[in-house]
Amino acid sequence: MEKKENYTVSIYTENNIGLLNRISAIFLKRHINIDTINSSPSELDQIYRFVIVVKVSEKDIKKIITQIEKQIEVIAAFFHTDQETIFQESALYKVKSKSLFEERHIQNIIKNSHAKIVTVSPEFFVIEKTGFREETEKLYKDLAPYGLLQFVRSGRISVTKEPLNITEILNEK
Amino acid sequence: MKISGSEAIIKCLLEENVDLIYGYPGGAIMPFYDSLYNFQDKINHVLVRHEQGATHAAQGYSRSSGKVGVVIATSGPGATNLVTGIADAQIDSTPMVCITGQVASNLLGSDAFQETDIIGITTPITKWNYQITKASEISTILSKAFYIARSGRPGPVLIDITKDAQFEMTEFLYKKHKKLRSYNPKPEISDNSITDACALINKAKKPFILFGQGVILANAEEEFKKLIEKTGIPSAWTILGLSALATDHPLNVGMLGMHGNYGPNVLTNECDLLIAVGMRFDDRVTGNLNYYAKQAKIIHLEIDPAEINKNVKVDVAVQGDLKNTLPKIIEKVEEKKYEKWLEKFRELNQIEYDKVIKDDLFPKKEKITMGEVIHQINIATKGNAIIVTDVGQHQMVACRYAKFNESKSNITSGGLGTMGFALPAAIGAKMGAPKREVIAVIGDGGFQMTIQELGTILQTGVPVKIVVLNNDFLGMVRQWQQLFFDKRYSSTEMVNPDFVAIANGYQIESERISKREDLKENIQKMIDSPNPFFMEVVVGKEDNVFPMIPTGESVSNMRLS
Repeated sequence: MEKKENYTVSIYTENNIGLLNRISAIFLKRHINIDTINSSPSELDQIYRFVIVVKVSEKDIKKIITQIEKQIEVIAAFFHTDQETIFQESALYKVKSKSLFEERHIQNIIKNSHAKIVTVSPEFFVIEKTGFREETEKLYKDLAPYGLLQFVRSGRISVTKEPLNITEILNEK
Repeated sequence: MKISGSEAIIKCLLEENVDLIYGYPGGAIMPFYDSLYNFQDKINHVLVRHEQGATHAAQGYSRSSGKVGVVIATSGPGATNLVTGIADAQIDSTPMVCITGQVASNLLGSDAFQETDIIGITTPITKWNYQITKASEISTILSKAFYIARSGRPGPVLIDITKDAQFEMTEFLYKKHKKLRSYNPKPEISDNSITDACALINKAKKPFILFGQGVILANAEEEFKKLIEKTGIPSAWTILGLSALATDHPLNVGMLGMHGNYGPNVLTNECDLLIAVGMRFDDRVTGNLNYYAKQAKIIHLEIDPAEINKNVKVDVAVQGDLKNTLPKIIEKVEEKKYEKWLEKFRELNQIEYDKVIKDDLFPKKEKITMGEVIHQINIATKGNAIIVTDVGQHQMVACRYAKFNESKSNITSGGLGTMGFALPAAIGAKMGAPKREVIAVIGDGGFQMTIQELGTILQTGVPVKIVVLNNDFLGMVRQWQQLFFDKRYSSTEMVNPDFVAIANGYQIESERISKREDLKENIQKMIDSPNPFFMEVVVGKEDNVFPMIPTGESVSNMRLS
């Protein structure tokens, strides 16, 4: 078995219906589970950026990237290891307001985690934490005993340490 | 002046010089068929008997003519019936544009009558697909569809058009697509890769070329021939590469892969340089990759970057269209001959001749062999026919023994292995190359998968010749059951109908041959006929195809019996 590693796949695409399906089909075909996926408008007008995290071997990720790039509406695709990227995930935690006042400990947890309070209402409050998976995970575990009403985590977003030169790629084409 | 969306579709087809389409009408595509009524003098619509037949006919048409095959179908079941042909065209790189009707846009997603998500279904098996909901999109999207289908590594494109978009009125302006910013069909050729490849070629002692359909798709048959004649390198083909180089060319050393020739398979593991030209190292060609050409340097000439280093790690990748890369290589390689090396191929192929081929082509047993049928076809056609094959034993035998002088003469379902391919594909092949003799060679199993297309032959009168090699078995599966499953013939024996009576029912002249002495004369009669002709040949029930590389084995371990 070859060594599997976390790879962050960054894909620049046209903004078209069905493209998400086309990209995910490439992972599906190889029986690969997607860990996180994020898709949003990129820094360039009308161009989208997908950030997908998968755990695969280096040999496989290289083939997957060429197969993704082969899709007509994909402008460019890249893969990077965790060491080659700066990455973060965001998480939102919805907690009963009552517990904030009754459990003094919660205040310490929030303070120590450097989480932000997004909103406070008489019934609940929402805090937000951006960081590595371990950090959002830790805050989740710390808060869970006091009753979390809801919890959600975003997909990974990441930028690479090296430039991607997407504008140059576009100009060449 | 405004025209309807459905008329716009037809105008697009005319702009793309389409004069022949294959299809089947139905509710959601009716506006198109209504507009087509006014253009019957410009576009010939072939009414098939099942939509799958339309896709294979379009493939056959494309493979014999080099043009884009066009398919029309309605929504729902009409569209889903295209799936096998689309998948086949995708894996065998056949340019095809499928246009499907779709329920009106206000009904999308409501499970309307004959609604199916054909975009979702065909996403992994198309080069591109798109759903049109407004008539104004039709010209841009169809122009893009044809551009994508035929450029670069060709493939199938599906365009789904809602019924309201077909009715809607629109201005029509057609602009041919020449460029898309996210798509690079002709990768720039790196001079370094050419230099590196030529250096390896020039210093090789035992070089060996593998060629595939890329040579045909690039229209680079002449360039390819020049390359091998200048370098003197022995060359072998994948089944989709067959006919790119005349089968009797002195440097043509035969067929690669599981049921290919002995020499080229075994010597793959003895060459010092392997040059892959427009082929993709399919597992049926390579056998076990762990024991594949490990001793050799490898050069890969390929248009599709995703194929490079996919199955076999290469030393030099020459990315680009063969039409452009081959001349650059020809310029820099030295003129050479490899007589001793070539002799090794001949020696091994002689062993194969003595142990396998002689008995296949000139059998002493009572029953007719598949091999001798192909041999007699070769004699009657002098190697000038297009031979369309289905999938299974007869396919391997036909590819092994058919003689071809011209390119685009071998039409078969290679990558997908689609039984039922040959009959409709032969119809399309004949329409794509009307001056050429087209012979479909089919097994009794595959014939019955698309047998209804005999109706298309009846209605169009297209003079295809059909040879069914009948062993009353799904022969290839039976062969594997014999060799690897202890002769447990699970669901492979077939009780077959009277094929000749069926052909007669479709008013197709037919013969049933079971004696050797009748074979030659009847094949000649079939070739001489200006009409469609059906011939059933009863062959040995349990004949096997050899040589054979068992699954998971190295190409060196090819079995001769």
